[in-house]
Amino acid sequence: MINLIHSQLFLLTFTIGTYVVAVWLYRRTKLMLLHPLLTSLLVIIVGIKSAGIPYPEYAGATKIIDFLLGVSVVALGYLLYEQMIHMKGNITAMLTSVLVGSVVGIVSVILIARALGADPRVVSSLEPKSITTAIAVTVCQHSGGIPALTAIVVIVVGIFGAVVGPVILRILRIESKLAKGLALGAAAHAVGTARAMELGAVEGAISGLAIGLMGVMTAIMVPVIEVIMKYL
Amino acid sequence: MAGIFILLFYYFLGTLLSYLTGNFIPGSIFGMLLLFLSLVFHIIKSEQVRSAATFFLNHMMLFFIPLGVGLIASYTLISKYLTAISIASAGSTVLVVAVVGVIAQKMESKHHD
Repeated sequence: MINLIHSQLFLLTFTIGTYVVAVWLYRRTKLMLLHPLLTSLLVIIVGIKSAGIPYPEYAGATKIIDFLLGVSVVALGYLLYEQMIHMKGNITAMLTSVLVGSVVGIVSVILIARALGADPRVVSSLEPKSITTAIAVTVCQHSGGIPALTAIVVIVVGIFGAVVGPVILRILRIESKLAKGLALGAAAHAVGTARAMELGAVEGAISGLAIGLMGVMTAIMVPVIEVIMKYL
Repeated sequence: MAGIFILLFYYFLGTLLSYLTGNFIPGSIFGMLLLFLSLVFHIIKSEQVRSAATFFLNHMMLFFIPLGVGLIASYTLISKYLTAISIASAGSTVLVVAVVGVIAQKMESKHHD
């Protein structure tokens, strides 16, 4: 019986089962606090802790799920393509603003976190904070950060950006639909896009595009900026 | 099944490219870019990957649960720097919104003049 709880079969069933229930719960309640990733993590962490399963054992048993993360990052290439064919006009404005936003986002988070004395691994985990979780976690792992921290920070940043973003845009007198959509998608990924959709269909569509652009640019810029910052 | 094969194949190609370029950028990111370019240049048709890609995209959240559970392993380190993490993330997010918003608006209006 005890052996069964430690089996790969049980841990995979438990993980996927928890995820399915968490998604169902979120769809029923639509409460941001019940974000499926947060509830899943809470349930699984409490579950394996009380069963006395050490993290390396859990990680080993669920390696296949982790492998599929890589496949789903590749699948984002399809999403990017589907969004790009809807992209018309103002391409230079989109690319330039998101590229500068990506660089400012990475550099500012490094400088602030370093100034506050954060551990280098923590700093690496924060660099991809503005982008969609799958890419963020991949970038973080690659640069020696803590993927778990990145996953949580990305969600919290998304909620924060979606709430505070529109206020900042108002203070700065940003009226353009393109600018609002890009800013929310670039800073707060899917949560920002959900907010942008409330502002309007154009803002929503552009925001979705910004998630992809920001993800790709940040994935490329993080290693570049890390090399540059090393020599500063 | 062909769709799953294409995704795995691009993942492999991306990983190979990453290896050949000194692991500077993760393989799955290269795979994503190669898949995107192949779709743009009609090397593969979007219908060929649509159902497989949609499946993975719809359930993406599941795929980072195992990494997220790693929170238990690094809990002490994270709680030690919680203030730095919060201030840096919040401050930087405000900057991203402002920079992207201002630049996009400036460049767009120039475009219209």
